[in-house]
Amino acid sequence: MLTTKTFLKKTKRGNILKIVREHYLRDDIWCGSVLCKTCSMKEREKTLEKDLDHSSSLFSFPHYLVLDTNIVLDQIDVLEENSFENVIILQTVLEEVKHRSSPVYRRLKDIISNPDRKFYVFVNEHHKDTYVERKAGESVNDRNDRAIRVATAWYASHLAPSQPKGKNKHVSIVLLTDDAANRQKAKDEGLISCSVHDYVSSLENAPALLDKLSKRNFVLEGNSKEPLFPLHLSPKEIQDGIKAGKLLQGTFLASRENFLEGSVNVEGYEKFILVQGHAGLNRAVDGDTVALELLPESEWVAPSDIVLEDAEEDPGDILDDEAKMEKEKQKAKKVEREPTGKVVGIIRRKWRQYCGILQPSQDKNSIRHLFMPAERKISKIRIETRQAETLKSQRIIVAIDSWPRTSRYPLGHFVRALGNIGDKNTENEVLLLEHDVPHSKFSEQVLSFLPKLPWVITDADLERRVDLRNITICSVDPPGCTDIDDALHCRELENGNYEVGVHIADVSHFIRPGNALDKEAALRATTVYLVDKRIDMVPELLSSNLCSLRGNEERFAFSCIWELTKDATIVNTKFHKSVICSKAALTYGEAQARIDDKTLNDDVVKSLRGLNSLAKILKKRRIENGALVLASPEIRFQVDSETHDPIEVVAKKMLETNSMVEEFMLLANISVAQKIVEEFPECAMLRRHPQPPPTNFEPLVKAGHLQGFEINVESGKDLAESLDKAVKSDNPYFNTMLRIMATRCMMQAVYFASGMLQKDEFFHYGLACPIYTHFTSPIRRYADIIVHRLLAACIGADSTYPELLDKRKSHSLCHNLNYRNRMAQYAGRASVNLHTHLFFRNRVQDEQGYVLYVRKNALQILIPKYGLEGTLYLAPPKGQIAKVNFTYNEEEQSQSHGSIKFRVFDPVTVQLSLDRRNVQHEKLMLLLVKPEIPEFSVPSQAGSQQVEAMDVDEVKDVAPPPKRQKKSK
Amino acid sequence: MDLLSDQGLRLDGRRPDELRNIRCKMGVFNQADGSAYLEQGNTKVLATVYGPHQPRGQARNRAPHDEAFVNCQYSMAVFSTGERKNRPRGDRKSQEMSIHLRQALVSAIRTELYPRSQLDIFVEVLQADGGNYCACVNAATLALVDAGVGMREYAVACSASLANGEIPLVDISHLEESTGGPNLTVASLPISGQVALMEMSQRFHSDHLPKVLERALEGCKDIHRILDDTVRKHVEETGRASGWGQVDRAGIVL
Ligand SMILES: [Zn+2]
Repeated sequence: MLTTKTFLKKTKRGNILKIVREHYLRDDIWCGSVLCKTCSMKEREKTLEKDLDHSSSLFSFPHYLVLDTNIVLDQIDVLEENSFENVIILQTVLEEVKHRSSPVYRRLKDIISNPDRKFYVFVNEHHKDTYVERKAGESVNDRNDRAIRVATAWYASHLAPSQPKGKNKHVSIVLLTDDAANRQKAKDEGLISCSVHDYVSSLENAPALLDKLSKRNFVLEGNSKEPLFPLHLSPKEIQDGIKAGKLLQGTFLASRENFLEGSVNVEGYEKFILVQGHAGLNRAVDGDTVALELLPESEWVAPSDIVLEDAEEDPGDILDDEAKMEKEKQKAKKVEREPTGKVVGIIRRKWRQYCGILQPSQDKNSIRHLFMPAERKISKIRIETRQAETLKSQRIIVAIDSWPRTSRYPLGHFVRALGNIGDKNTENEVLLLEHDVPHSKFSEQVLSFLPKLPWVITDADLERRVDLRNITICSVDPPGCTDIDDALHCRELENGNYEVGVHIADVSHFIRPGNALDKEAALRATTVYLVDKRIDMVPELLSSNLCSLRGNEERFAFSCIWELTKDATIVNTKFHKSVICSKAALTYGEAQARIDDKTLNDDVVKSLRGLNSLAKILKKRRIENGALVLASPEIRFQVDSETHDPIEVVAKKMLETNSMVEEFMLLANISVAQKIVEEFPECAMLRRHPQPPPTNFEPLVKAGHLQGFEINVESGKDLAESLDKAVKSDNPYFNTMLRIMATRCMMQAVYFASGMLQKDEFFHYGLACPIYTHFTSPIRRYADIIVHRLLAACIGADSTYPELLDKRKSHSLCHNLNYRNRMAQYAGRASVNLHTHLFFRNRVQDEQGYVLYVRKNALQILIPKYGLEGTLYLAPPKGQIAKVNFTYNEEEQSQSHGSIKFRVFDPVTVQLSLDRRNVQHEKLMLLLVKPEIPEFSVPSQAGSQQVEAMDVDEVKDVAPPPKRQKKSK
Repeated sequence: MDLLSDQGLRLDGRRPDELRNIRCKMGVFNQADGSAYLEQGNTKVLATVYGPHQPRGQARNRAPHDEAFVNCQYSMAVFSTGERKNRPRGDRKSQEMSIHLRQALVSAIRTELYPRSQLDIFVEVLQADGGNYCACVNAATLALVDAGVGMREYAVACSASLANGEIPLVDISHLEESTGGPNLTVASLPISGQVALMEMSQRFHSDHLPKVLERALEGCKDIHRILDDTVRKHVEETGRASGWGQVDRAGIVL
């Protein structure tokens, strides 16, 4: 059967097109129920069960559920609970969800692909009896609602003949919808329908489920309540306003210090536009895209420099007295005033799920509580829970549902608990969530695209690959590495040149474009390394087994093979897919030991020595070209094998072999970059590192100048040279600190599609090379997978696909990769911080440090031993009177008190301990030990010692004190 | 947009191996020696055949002396796409299509039967919704049969593509074409299994090409069946109308 769909569509050029599409209706779409005796479906297509345990007190008969779109969109948190089984998802709903929210769509697909959940997709839009045509004057929404009702009715009548009579055994169909009008129409048409709230309340485990219900359609008690906030403009009004230039569109950024202040980043405006007060902010939440009205210049204000925290207690739905801020405003001098505006509408919410803790209501019987997000920029959220007692000691996740005009706080619902506050696993989870790191288990659907075991190399595979199994290849990695991306070999050729091969795990062989596995990897973008945990980009079977180039196992690789002369000049470069068998998986230490051991002379060692000597030449040449060697303190925690708590912190050691591997990876990346950009000038995925603007270097130049060194930042090469020259014999750490400072001046390196930029913008500043990409770590970086696919297409080893060649698609992919990389980096740092805090939880320790920056009221101290940085406050907290006053000299970058002067790079001894007053934000506290300043510094500790006050449980976890002796005596 | 849903249906509700609805009618014009109208989904084309006749104009010099000169012209009506076309014919795309059309048809026409003559085949796309070339070849074949031009067998064309990187789809609609994915067009002589023309919009991996090609050739066979039915019905009807009585099935000249 056939019907046509006709609709109008606007083209990019603004023409209106009439589009006619065919729409086929079928009679071979089955209902998916085991009960059915009419449909001729296969056994595996029968999803919906026969014997249902119906625990609902509302419906005392077995039933299948049909969900309306609003239920899926709003209540996905509840749907993910196992209480929902035997559910029919209509295609109408699936498509609307896909259209409206891709995260929800993904989550719904995950549920559908889980066979235990019994979710059946019924393609009602192509079924001859359930397709409905839009009537004249009917809105799309109404038409879809009708389609859902028609399908519900169809199911009821379709299953009736297959079932025994009598209502208690008869499986009925229940339509869940939160649209009252739709519910009414359904009832009028003789269908069974109810709201999700009523349904969930009737279930056995209702209390736990009810907490998770979204309050999007929640009607506040007493609609008559006085609205607290101005009305938002309608989308139409906003659109017209922006077109007419009366309104501006921008991203709202909340202030960290003052909950009644924020700024809006409007494109085309140099400065952020200030917004203040409850009415000015008008329910905008950090990250939202808002419509903004600029106030007349006479009403502009200066940003307040007061810290304003939201009241501890829930004051109910009344707004704060803004008098305090008003007073501040009066004082502002005219020059300090900034463009100020007010939020008049929300264009797009950027609400996500937030981590935080419950702030239980004073009233023991109340189910309404406040939730305090860990992120200070997010307002408190009002939720309903019946489990406040158990949740109050836990980290929990909450989602915002709505923010009605009558409510002081946004309304949200409890999503799930992460665990006890302060517990390491909980805090790990928190930092993953806060950095938006996707870390849930891989879904069934994703796993279904993994190769089936046992995995064997077939003759067909060998035919297409170069067999390198007899070559002495080995890998060199950090200890404990299970995702081995790269392996190397080097052998002398008869003409005296070297053949060097870099062999990279052939991940793109296993991950085919466009399938669920590929999409998941693209979403994750990178493997995230935390101190004690790794969040894989691809499932473990690939990352640690099939792709990992383990020793003495046959693996697929993508090889880059050069012929190099003795002085490391490239004679030629080849790329091909290969089969290799690594002869040894070494650690950096082991490889170094083998190279150094003069008694050894086997093939592996010869290969390593060849690589090492070539690498040295390559490195020298690279540095001569102006590549930067930057220092950032890298540390490693020694972790207790039982408790997994950190016991000692050690700085990471760099061996010759580290740089040996690095050099060849760089060489491979550069060679591949050249190749793919030659073949695909428009859509090659490359990595660039822009030169920082000179202003970025100001603190570095100033700091160097004060120490008598001229830091030339004209070019990378100049910078590298002046950093090399800046050495102080009396302060061996001086040079490292300068390099740390230089690192902070740098821009972020980013991925980009070659077609989006001019060739001279491809430059990689840090590596001082005109073109660069990432090819060598496809197990842990998605960019490398794309590069592999491009390279494979270049050499005819694999086919391209449309997205790969679409520079706009590549561009948006790069955008995600850059975002995820940044987040992964932050998450890694946060993990180090967390472990540092765990480490200092039970100890107070004196350490040698150096002043890195001098601030108005504090010194930024770097502690090399832990590679960490802390703030030593010179001024007491607000409200306290300083006993000791320091004089700040901005020109000289110093703080002085009497004869004691702190300048940048000066050594100090500080006492480290953990400030645990704020449970959500523990922070490291630094106190001055040396030089001594009476009434300010604290006495030196006889030795590292533990704090006496500890919970009994914790005592046994305490590690022995570090062996290292303190320097200061 | 996925070309194939998890439930195994394409965007318009077809399964991977299903053709669009094909409707056709022969002998729609009396002025021409042969004509046919064919709809393949929403793609609608009209084909007319003039000749064989004496070579005219330039063709007089170009026409070979031992076989017919076949002149093909492809054009698109100004109203055939959503946006009005400015040049219905003579643009590069149309010229290329004309050449490809000729290539497929010449392989089927027994040109050696008509020395020193000219055969004109005009095909116009009235509505374009993907697979324009295929519909044109198929319509031209019907028009040639209608004109009584001697043919070895039908020339039939069909397109195929690949969904989700593994499942071949037959008879690609415009929506599927523009959603991306490589696209293969094949014109073949289905009975002998010869391929007269093969064109790809993009490179296929050699792993995939065989199955996509196979799907396209199966499509050709299915279309062949439909065209053949149409021809038989048409002959029966016209025959009956002119009082010829029942025509012996085997008696139809292909
Ligand atoms: Zn059925």
